Amino acid sequence: MNGPQHLQDAVGRWKSRMGGFFPAEQRTVFRGHDLHADLKGMGWLELCVFGITGRRHTPQQLRLMEALCVFTSYPDPRIWNNRVVALAATTRSTGALGMSAALAVSEAHIYGRGNEVQAITFFRDTHQALEAGTALEACLAREMATHGRIAGYGRPLVNADERIAPTMALAAELGLADGPHVRLAYAVEKHLLDNGKPLRLNYGGLVSAFGADLGFTPREFYLFMYPVFLGGMPPCYIEAAEQPEGSFLPLPCERVDYQGPAKRRWPL
Amino acid sequence: MSQPQKVEKVSTRIWLEEPEPTNSFAARNAWLHGYDVYGEMLGRARWADMMYLLFRGEAPTKAQAALLDALSLVLANGGPRDPAVHAAMCGAVGGSTAASCLMAALAVGAGRLGGGREVLSAMQAWEHCGLELEAWQRHLSTPPAEAASVWPTTEHAAGFEAHGAGMAGIVRQALSYLASISPGPRLGWLFEQRHALALAAGSSPAMTGVAAAALADLGFKPAQGEMLYLLLRLPGAAAHALEQGETGHKQFPFFQLDLLDDPGKASA
Repeated sequence: MNGPQHLQDAVGRWKSRMGGFFPAEQRTVFRGHDLHADLKGMGWLELCVFGITGRRHTPQQLRLMEALCVFTSYPDPRIWNNRVVALAATTRSTGALGMSAALAVSEAHIYGRGNEVQAITFFRDTHQALEAGTALEACLAREMATHGRIAGYGRPLVNADERIAPTMALAAELGLADGPHVRLAYAVEKHLLDNGKPLRLNYGGLVSAFGADLGFTPREFYLFMYPVFLGGMPPCYIEAAEQPEGSFLPLPCERVDYQGPAKRRWPL
Repeated sequence: MSQPQKVEKVSTRIWLEEPEPTNSFAARNAWLHGYDVYGEMLGRARWADMMYLLFRGEAPTKAQAALLDALSLVLANGGPRDPAVHAAMCGAVGGSTAASCLMAALAVGAGRLGGGREVLSAMQAWEHCGLELEAWQRHLSTPPAEAASVWPTTEHAAGFEAHGAGMAGIVRQALSYLASISPGPRLGWLFEQRHALALAAGSSPAMTGVAAAALADLGFKPAQGEMLYLLLRLPGAAAHALEQGETGHKQFPFFQLDLLDDPGKASA
């Protein structure tokens, strides 16, 4: 039996290496550093990444990480997560509620966090397996057996990705384009295409490969990517809020296609 | 010449609305799985009937409605010690929005410890093991491999206590009653086999396990059970949030922090 002793030991107190707020001393500690003294020169993204990993990154790495967010910030309110933001605006809910829900929605299976967490796990595992002599074909077969897909390839709406080229161009400029996991990502794409599977590397796949090359674990990368779509969301809120309430993509009755049972009498 | 635009529609097997003659954005009548909600169900159907019909597509039998009604009572309030309720209270004491309190309760009540994901996993275990004790013993001793996902890895058997030394009284009471009225076989079997299962799992069945058995006895799929479990636990979170909002943050514990990596102490 596990027993509740572990819980009893933790009642009322939390032991932390991550940090704390000491109001009487007017200071805050962030991963072993005084936030307002030692870390006061940090950029916001740099602080976020340091909070996640506890590691420092080079300016080039941070520039790439920032670009990964910039290149996927789309202010298009038709996109499912963004649509949540616009719907919150048109129903006159708050921006924080809309954007918080939209970021939670971004933890999706076919895009966003669910796609990336599988992709980075796949790239890391496959890179290790290839180093140990396993064939790529076997790695792909194992991935299909485990997850039923190769995460990071193909795209829900179109099978091409306009974010790939500018990301690779910037990565090349920064000297970060040739990491082993990015090379693996393209090798997998070539293998899929050569074997008659028209699945191109998508942005989630590419950023996950970069995540692995940047040294992120899957959990670190998942936490880093959480706000990555955020940049496109406030514009969706603002525009829908500026229009008359309820006027963002309203659905009349005729726009709902009922396919259920015929009308019947309530039996109870 | 521009192509005529395709009229995009939402497809549903659940809900049919007929518009008012002069306003297609206002429903004159509405049918749920074929039943006239406002014209016939209202006044005859109960909340549990509505919930069952929404998810299963058919009206419940009296026994099914009674079980769902009783389960709703069982799950309605985890009390202020419940992490999901605790989260809702954290929202309310600071004067956060009502929706954010419930979003907090949903987020914290969604996971693998006492949350919706645990119920989903437990319901999948019912699908896998059925009423065969040996299958449960195998499942509990060698849990199935988990795919990489946004969810943290499982740390205890789904549906069983993570830290319990024995079956909690309220779990025993809930299981005993629900088993006595269930039209399905799982609750009764769980009650009969609770000691053998506890031996195999290393801990006793938890409320999540009782809920999973009840939801499976009602014929819900795991994904449906996860959703219902999330919904049914919200009333208590809401009530406790409102209470703490009135009581105020000065009466709400802030707890103690033991910082293990404090630069202030190092320099002192």
